[in-house]
Amino acid sequence: MQYLCLIYAAENAGPQRGDPEFGEFMQGYMTFTQEVQASGAFVAGDELQPIATATTVTMENGKLETRDGPFAETKEQLGGYYLLDCKDLDEAIQYAAKIPSAKHGRVEIRPVVVFE
Amino acid sequence: MMPPLSLTQSINSIVREDWGRILASLTKSLGDLGLAEDSLQDAVEIALVKWAEQGLPKSPAAWLITTARRKAIDSIRRDQIFTRKQSEIAFLTELEHSESEIDMDALPDKRLELMFTCCHPSLAEKTKVALTLRTIGGLTTEQIAKAFLDNPKTMAQRLTRAKHKIKLAGIPYTIPDKSQLPSRLSDILGVVYLIFNEGYSASSGSNLTRVDLSEEAIRIARILHSLMPEEAEITGLLALMMLHDSRRYARTDETGQMVPLEQQNRNRWDRSKITEGKELLAYAMDQKAIGPYQIQACISALHCEADNWVSTDWSQITVLYELLLRMTPSPVIRLNMAMAISYSQSTTAALEILDEIFPQLETYQPYYALRADLHMRQGDKAQARAAFEKALALSENNAERNFLKAKMQAL
Repeated sequence: MQYLCLIYAAENAGPQRGDPEFGEFMQGYMTFTQEVQASGAFVAGDELQPIATATTVTMENGKLETRDGPFAETKEQLGGYYLLDCKDLDEAIQYAAKIPSAKHGRVEIRPVVVFE
Repeated sequence: MMPPLSLTQSINSIVREDWGRILASLTKSLGDLGLAEDSLQDAVEIALVKWAEQGLPKSPAAWLITTARRKAIDSIRRDQIFTRKQSEIAFLTELEHSESEIDMDALPDKRLELMFTCCHPSLAEKTKVALTLRTIGGLTTEQIAKAFLDNPKTMAQRLTRAKHKIKLAGIPYTIPDKSQLPSRLSDILGVVYLIFNEGYSASSGSNLTRVDLSEEAIRIARILHSLMPEEAEITGLLALMMLHDSRRYARTDETGQMVPLEQQNRNRWDRSKITEGKELLAYAMDQKAIGPYQIQACISALHCEADNWVSTDWSQITVLYELLLRMTPSPVIRLNMAMAISYSQSTTAALEILDEIFPQLETYQPYYALRADLHMRQGDKAQARAAFEKALALSENNAERNFLKAKMQAL
């Protein structure tokens, strides 16, 4: 099964670029990515640009509406994701727990719909 | 002798006895709890008609599982175009090659796997409780709803949503690996103890139509104990519940009022339950893996051994609470420890602890009840009265309120 692990955190939480701990933090991501690639679980994964760059689009009554900013103004924002192929939810949970941002944010695990 | 049961009742009780075993086995082979439950439910409905006409089969459980499997095949065939699941096809092939007669003794017991599914950390607490009672305990949705004073429709929706999540999110039907096992097992024990406590606090309501949740929790713990006899905390929890349950008939008086441990008629304690609880506890301690449930069972056993409240071995109980506190720090445990200390050391020492935990227990009724008791024993009537009043204001239950009022009047 494929699971999308959505990484949520406040943008000012955890090590920031320029902090002495930032290098170690990024190293944690590299190590994790290598681990899921080596185990075959990795399907995709990316970091997203900050929410200041977000645009939200909707079609209201056939008319395109665009809005500056993310879908919901919450403290914790979607900052990146991994798409992982796992045996079951237990395996997905174990991987999600290793994502470095889980220490200061949250990871939402969503199973991906499979059309048969 | 048992009172004569109607045929429907006796069929229902046979079904309930084997429900968990059959459902777990079907779920494991189908890889789908919802489908397994629907098929088994269909088989039960057929059984109610057929057994009434033709009498009980030689092995009702084997009959039910065979019929449920056939029902499952029917429904897989019906839906085959839409869902072509590898596991279900494998199950069909396996069935086509299997013998017609099922030997229940040879059927692997998969209830533990199902139990881990039902108590998965990704499910809400109340859902875990309901699922466990439905799948392992074999209670009907109506019975569970009634036990929790819930609307049957809401409860049915909760169970349906849970089965959907299990299927779609890929919650496995497996025993977790060694690294996860301790925490997952403690999740299961938490659910079982929650069921027990729900029954324990509700039983004073003396509503005869409600299922006895305490008995149900003990039954589930017995199943767990038989499946993992070497797990000391499972045995510890079973012992703890047996020891608590031994006081069932002393806990309320003729009018249904709560009687605190301190004032219970100890002749009304169930000696056979105490004996069994203590034997189980000794067996658990032999495994040399101490844990919170075993410690609580030790404390309960010490109460059971005492002739009266004052002569209880309070110094040993104090030591046990200290140990418990180190494993699971909590202000409520400190409160209980303060009570033990008020007898093993002094009321002054106990009040010192109460001062320390005040910020965490500011709105906790038993905190003020103990504070009142300590002041009363010190002869400080004014402070005792003030604490009683706070306790009364926080009390949500009539029996408790009457008890507090009586104590306050005795001042």
